[in-house]
Amino acid sequence: MSEMTDDTIRAEARAWLEENWNTDLGLVEWRGKLIESGWGAPTWPTAWYGKGFSDAQGRIVEEEFERIGAVSVARTGIRNLAAATILAHGTNLHKEKFLRRILTGEDTWCQLFSEPGSGSDLAGATTRADKKGNKWIVNGQKVWTTSAHHAQYGLLLARTDWDLPKHKGLSYFIIDIEQPGVEVVPLRQMNGHASFNQVFFTDAEIEPEFQVSELGDGWSVATTTLMHERRGADGLRRWQKASDRTGRCYTEEAEEIAHQLEPYKWYPQRAGRVDLVIDRAKETGKNTDPSVRQEIAKLMIMAKSAEWTARRARAAQEQGQPQGPGGSIGKLTSSNVAKQAAHVHTMITGADAMLTGEDSPMEGVIAEILVSFPATSIAGGTDEIQRNIISERVLKMPKEPRTDTSMPFREVPRNVVS
Amino acid sequence: MKFSFSEEQEEFRVFLRRFLEDKSPTTEVRRLMETDEGYDEAVWKQLSTDLGLPAVHVPEEYGGQGFGFGELGIVLEEMGRALLCAPYFSSAVLATTAILNAASEEEKRTLLPPLAAGETRAALAFTEENGLWDNSGVELTATASGDGYQLDGVKSYVLDGHTADLIVVLARQPGTTGDDGLSLFTVSGDAEGLSRRLLKTTDPTRKQARLAFKSVQAELLGEEGRAAAPMALTLDQAAICLANEMVGGAERLRESALEYSMLRVQFGRAIGSFQTMKHKFADMLLEVELAKSAAYYAAAAAAEGDEDMPALASLAKAGASDAYMQTAIKTVQTHGGIGFTWDNDTHLWFKRAKSSEVFLGDPSYHREQLMQRWDV
Ligand SMILES: Cc1cc2nc3c(=O)[nH]c(=O)nc-3n(C[C@H](O)[C@H](O)[C@H](O)COP(=O)(O)OP(=O)(O)OC[C@H]3O[C@@H](n4cnc5c(N)ncnc54)[C@H](O)[C@@H]3O)c2cc1C
Ligand SMILES: Cc1cc2nc3c(=O)[nH]c(=O)nc-3n(C[C@H](O)[C@H](O)[C@H](O)COP(=O)(O)OP(=O)(O)OC[C@H]3O[C@@H](n4cnc5c(N)ncnc54)[C@H](O)[C@@H]3O)c2cc1C
Repeated sequence: MSEMTDDTIRAEARAWLEENWNTDLGLVEWRGKLIESGWGAPTWPTAWYGKGFSDAQGRIVEEEFERIGAVSVARTGIRNLAAATILAHGTNLHKEKFLRRILTGEDTWCQLFSEPGSGSDLAGATTRADKKGNKWIVNGQKVWTTSAHHAQYGLLLARTDWDLPKHKGLSYFIIDIEQPGVEVVPLRQMNGHASFNQVFFTDAEIEPEFQVSELGDGWSVATTTLMHERRGADGLRRWQKASDRTGRCYTEEAEEIAHQLEPYKWYPQRAGRVDLVIDRAKETGKNTDPSVRQEIAKLMIMAKSAEWTARRARAAQEQGQPQGPGGSIGKLTSSNVAKQAAHVHTMITGADAMLTGEDSPMEGVIAEILVSFPATSIAGGTDEIQRNIISERVLKMPKEPRTDTSMPFREVPRNVVS
Repeated sequence: MKFSFSEEQEEFRVFLRRFLEDKSPTTEVRRLMETDEGYDEAVWKQLSTDLGLPAVHVPEEYGGQGFGFGELGIVLEEMGRALLCAPYFSSAVLATTAILNAASEEEKRTLLPPLAAGETRAALAFTEENGLWDNSGVELTATASGDGYQLDGVKSYVLDGHTADLIVVLARQPGTTGDDGLSLFTVSGDAEGLSRRLLKTTDPTRKQARLAFKSVQAELLGEEGRAAAPMALTLDQAAICLANEMVGGAERLRESALEYSMLRVQFGRAIGSFQTMKHKFADMLLEVELAKSAAYYAAAAAAEGDEDMPALASLAKAGASDAYMQTAIKTVQTHGGIGFTWDNDTHLWFKRAKSSEVFLGDPSYHREQLMQRWDV
């Protein structure tokens, strides 16, 4: 957290933007300027493209970006998790090589954690990395890997020791996806989009310097990535929207959104689009139906309280206090909000809720909510797993007895997968 | 009122289930849902001629089998379970029932036999773009013209309206409102002035169409100006049929989730061994069993012509809608990541649950209907 007052931050950000923001710059060139100045990622440490600001201070800067309409650094997707993990556990080499291109948007990242046999039980990963000569050789399969089809790099959790208990035999790597040993096969989702993939490794190679942290530390590094993922799921992050303004930088950003982000255009819908509810109710006249009004009110109470809970958690963290329960309940709450929002949208939409695409309201946006919201309860750790985390870690309730954590991993019963 | 099925009914169910498992595996469902027609001609023929399914609740004197809503409920429950892609609900349930309720003796003798034989497929066009499920939403007009009538207006959400040979249309005399001035008409599927467009539906296993009528020549069905009561009866009976179809789908989902939970291992044990999961399944069983009881009870009431039938139709429809949707959500959840994929079959039923939740009126509409019908 910087010692600067909020007013000084606002004034400095505004002055810098007014002097430097230029719609005619190329997207990467402009982002390069942002990165050099520290205004692109002000919450990052000063040593690495940031200003060491708190989240609250960062939001002031964001407001200034919005005020002037300036394009920001690349912020969507797994890149945030990659950056957070590298900042926390990476070597200087990792930071040099990767952070800048994450912010410029030149590199896309993916998270190679889940496998066919291990999703909730992430520590049950069976993708293996074996040291051969001076290199790590990777074999196995990952699944549900968002972005892998256009990513350059992946955050890989792989087993390096099969005789240790499951959590102890894992290591964490950064892997170059664009190599012959990696095959990416897109998977279609129930909403028709294909934003996640199967990833197959056949003797894929990793240079030893792209191991993150120590051998056998994979689980604790993965936990950092997951914490950031959970935190990102609290609904406070905004979705990147194309601007209709003209200028090279806007055009290039719009292209980035249209192409790179195309598979993710359903992401706002999966969260339930609470923002649309009241307008839709008025438009359809359903705002006069008492039963609909009640359900909308329930949703808004839930969504507003969830937002303030997330803000409380962040504020506590920024003041150096323990996060409190708020930090862990955000993800579960967002699942509840998404579910109730889908229910409310159905009520509001009536018969049109049976239709999709051009035949349905908002060119299919409402229909997309209705077939996307279940993802919120699964991605980034299921609702059941979140409840286990809340009860066992936050409330310190006794853990379920476990048999799989103490024995050598090769002896643990697991799925027979093809 | 009986609270169990007869031995013959149980045998009928077993027989149907085998037939549908054979004819409507999910590979077929997936193939047909990608087509515009949405059904397989050969399977329709078989279920019509070999099994006589479109004839189930049609009296024998009109070429039917003379069974009632109890048996029809069984058929629908099994079709919902198998997610059969066929114009059965549109033709055998909606249109046939409307004709049974509204038509004159002579009209029944002409119209019903080919319907019961499955040779003619009909659709019932009642809802319009305002999406209202009761008679108040009808704006399409019928004006006398020559020795017949002329229809003008638009119908929407018409099940299988794009493929039906015969369309039964609910229309009103210009200047009337509510239940007054409503009549039913029949129009040939290829009538001049009728344009039919397949709509994009979230549930591709159940096709819907928008039908635009521009001075379409039509024949009166039943008594002029008196269609309100037979239509209301038809929609109540259809809601009961839909409730039975929904509980069939819900049960199938529940079973598939349960089966998966026994096979899937995480943390060194089957996910079904975690208490959270067991409780989820206990709740699912409760929801589905309750909805089944209501759907069966309502079907029996329809079979017996119980005077409380309209209220029971709403009760069963609202109950089944909620149970089906909740079961669908929990079934996706039980499967985790794989449950969200296109290749996993869960979404096929999930989408049917969503369309059935809304079709013929959503749960909140039917809860309100229930209260009104009970004079609360
Ligand atoms: C849209 C989407 C995007 C995703 N993106 C990525 C990605 O980029 N990278 C990546 O690595 N993964 C990704 N995932 C995968 C996601 O993290 C996993 O799907 C999730 O963690 C669940 O794992 P699973 O699918 O193996 O389900 P399972 O773990 O098999 O779970 C099945 C069911 O069992 C329940 N269950 C499991 N264990 C317990 C327990 N101990 N107690 C009670 N219930 C339990 C679960 O809650 C669930 O209901 C994505 C998933 C989705 C849906
Ligand atoms: C109105 C009433 C009438 C009764 N009549 C009779 C009777 O006629 N004969 C008779 O023998 N007993 C009777 N009981 C006693 C009843 O069977 C016990 O109260 C009940 O089994 C709970 O046991 P407990 O009180 O020891 O609570 P506990 O077993 O200590 O339970 C406390 C809490 O823990 C939960 N819990 C316990 N075990 C589990 C588990 N494995 N998984 C999840 N949650 C768990 C419980 O659901 C409860 O919420 C009666 C109780 C009541 C309230």
